[in-house]
Amino acid sequence: MNVGLEHYLVVSALLFSLGLLGVLVRRNLLVIYMSLELMLNSANLALVAFSRFNNNLNGQVMVFFIITVAAAEVAVGLALIVALYRKHQTAHVEDLTTMKL
Amino acid sequence: MHDLLFYLFAALTLVCGFLVVANPVSRNPVTSAMFLVLTIVFMAGLFVLLHAFFLAAVQILVYAGAVMVLFLFVIMLLDLKEEEQRKVKRLSLVCGLVSVGAIVAIFVKSLLATIPGTGRLDPRLEGATLPLGKLLFTNFLLPFEIVSVLLLVAMVGVILLTKKDLK
Repeated sequence: MNVGLEHYLVVSALLFSLGLLGVLVRRNLLVIYMSLELMLNSANLALVAFSRFNNNLNGQVMVFFIITVAAAEVAVGLALIVALYRKHQTAHVEDLTTMKL
Repeated sequence: MHDLLFYLFAALTLVCGFLVVANPVSRNPVTSAMFLVLTIVFMAGLFVLLHAFFLAAVQILVYAGAVMVLFLFVIMLLDLKEEEQRKVKRLSLVCGLVSVGAIVAIFVKSLLATIPGTGRLDPRLEGATLPLGKLLFTNFLLPFEIVSVLLLVAMVGVILLTKKDLK
């Protein structure tokens, strides 16, 4: 059986689920952030697969933009984590309860 | 050959992705970061199989290069040794598994409902750097410029955020 669009979509969906599991289960801010990257990457994979199997390059341009925005987002997010760590000396989500009522 | 490589890369991507999220041996963030690098490299392999050569190169350069170096730099900077000991809470594990199971069920249901497409691929899209570049500088010129401004804004924002004493 030839590998088609569905195979790539299954891989993408599984990878997205893994990322979601990481965001929900892990309690370290940095690992949560890495899981977010995993989810973004799975969306990229789905877009590239769609672009390939529909003979349309717009999906790949979209992935290019997603990678760029993700790089900017990682830089800002990590700067926020560093600033937070400097204030509270922790990168553990259960210790960050400043906004709790 | 293509099928074999697909299954190889897909399996390796998923295994490494799992080890990023739930490594049974080590809870160290550095281990997670290293497995994330591996996941990204194998995903670049999948991109090559999809004939997105330019994106595979960009994926390795930007993600495995720049982004992961940034991650490792921050992990080393924060020195998170004592965080390894904490346990995962039972409640959060159950909630996480239930919601992930629900998402997977939705994906499976919608995938089963699709009709397999006809496998006619356009050979003009081989080695997509040239057409991608043309598209990027004609149809997508405005988003391209906006993204460059976004990168500048992010750079200034990061410098401001990490300053010791904000005035």
